[in-house]
Amino acid sequence: MSDFEAILQAYARSGGDPHFLRSSKVPSLVVSGNRVLGANEVPGVHLFSEELPDGVRARVVVDPGVRLGAPAHLCFGVIPREGVQRILSEFEIGDGAQAEFIAHCTFPNAEQVVHLMEATVRVGRGAMMRYRETHYHGEQGGTEVRPRARVIVDEGGQFASDFVLTTGRVGRLEFDYVVDVAARGVAELTTKAYGYGDDAISVKETIRLNGEGARGLAKARIAVRDRATSEVIGITEGNAPLARGHVDCVEIVRDQAVANAVPVVKVTDPRAYVTHEAAIGTVDKKELETLMARGLDEEKAVDVIIRGMLRG
Amino acid sequence: MPHKNDGSNDRAGRTVALLQVDGLYLERGGQAILRGVSFELWPGQVYGLLGRNGSGKSSLAYTLMGCAGYTPSAGRILLDGRDITHLSITERARLGLTLAWQDPARFEGLKVRDYLSLATQQPSRERLEEALEAVALFPSVYLDRAVDDALSGGERKRIELAAVYAMQPRLAILDEPDSGIDVLSLDDIARLVRRMAERGTAVLLITHRDEMVPVADVAALMCEGEIVRVGEPQAVRAHYARRCRPCEVAGPVEPAGGDYERL
Repeated sequence: MSDFEAILQAYARSGGDPHFLRSSKVPSLVVSGNRVLGANEVPGVHLFSEELPDGVRARVVVDPGVRLGAPAHLCFGVIPREGVQRILSEFEIGDGAQAEFIAHCTFPNAEQVVHLMEATVRVGRGAMMRYRETHYHGEQGGTEVRPRARVIVDEGGQFASDFVLTTGRVGRLEFDYVVDVAARGVAELTTKAYGYGDDAISVKETIRLNGEGARGLAKARIAVRDRATSEVIGITEGNAPLARGHVDCVEIVRDQAVANAVPVVKVTDPRAYVTHEAAIGTVDKKELETLMARGLDEEKAVDVIIRGMLRG
Repeated sequence: MPHKNDGSNDRAGRTVALLQVDGLYLERGGQAILRGVSFELWPGQVYGLLGRNGSGKSSLAYTLMGCAGYTPSAGRILLDGRDITHLSITERARLGLTLAWQDPARFEGLKVRDYLSLATQQPSRERLEEALEAVALFPSVYLDRAVDDALSGGERKRIELAAVYAMQPRLAILDEPDSGIDVLSLDDIARLVRRMAERGTAVLLITHRDEMVPVADVAALMCEGEIVRVGEPQAVRAHYARRCRPCEVAGPVEPAGGDYERL
């Protein structure tokens, strides 16, 4: 089987549809280890890639005013049991453009795999970018993932990120996104992870609302069981008049797992308004008993509740 | 008036009731909540349980279902003659017993279709649609909605009842299915209860809405953890309306039986 086919198979297992990676009409980028196996541009979307000794450097440019009719698909994977993959990416969304990216990161056999993602993103004036990243890790727990992004949202721009790591063992996750939002811009960060065994989850979401009327939401949904640990730091700053921000963290803890939540709200302009809510606890008793009264055993009922929370 | 059932038709060939509650006592926080509750329920029978707030109706429901913190201190619960007093909720549910909560749980991220499917042995679109239609909800509107805060209390209540209906239990405990429901919708709930009974499900209907009492085949009045009167629903309702008012002084527990009234 070719490397391309292998990565497509892994892509499918992570919930992706390989059809999109073969289509000439869909912008896409396929990276296995440090090799670029496929790249497809469409009018108005430009992909530049460069192989590095331990990964790939990629630049994605969406021309001003271009509105993608369908999401662009990105696939990053490491098929061997060991390896390091460093992705240095740069996204430039032109003024008034609209683009959605669906990224699947798959490490199905990982026993000792390190995946580093260092991204810089610029969302132009009045532009919109949605970035959905879904991970599939194997059951060995040998994956270390460090997604880091520095995002700038220009005036009236919108940026939304959904990071999902709920299939397979997390291993070790160190998520760290920082978003600066200009006037009337919007940023939404959502992170979902489900850790078990001795998984370790660290999530840091920072939104700085620097322009008048900027809005932001930092949201995390985390579940940990067995001996897994999680720490969520949600930071939102209101630094301009009429900025509105909210930090929302919910964590479910079972067994000997340990969870921390640190919501940080900071306001430097008296006309800004930033709120937070954080809840950590076990599965709600009534939810659990309701599902058990429908015939589910306790373990299955807990799983249904946690997966629902992670979808919500 | 829907067909009513005194249970006699379904007793043919049966030597024991579907549910037999025998001298059930429950204490919580040092207080007696149930005091020697005994009754029987037969397949296809609707047993209306009336009583003021705090009389122990919901506690009885949780005890029958096996909820945490509701283990009886004495007495037995028999289903088909089998002692289920110490079985888990799941085990009871798998034997065909279920409960619709008075204030149903919210499930973030769980769609109505998935919630109903979980209750159903062989879920199919037709079966899920039938369950929603049985509670007068449009499947096309509700199947893909989440069972969360976006639904009103009345909508969640109906979906809870739809889940119980879809499960096709042998015994359904409905804890005030009429609370939070507008008067015009009470007929929907009443029809659902009769429909379940006609399918052979025994229904323990906990209510204090007068409009729901005629749905029952037999009714009982509960007061301070005891069943103090059992009989024809209208008679029990009349008694409840005429005689039950807040007790000014809770007197000592008297021996149950006869025409005992706490007044």
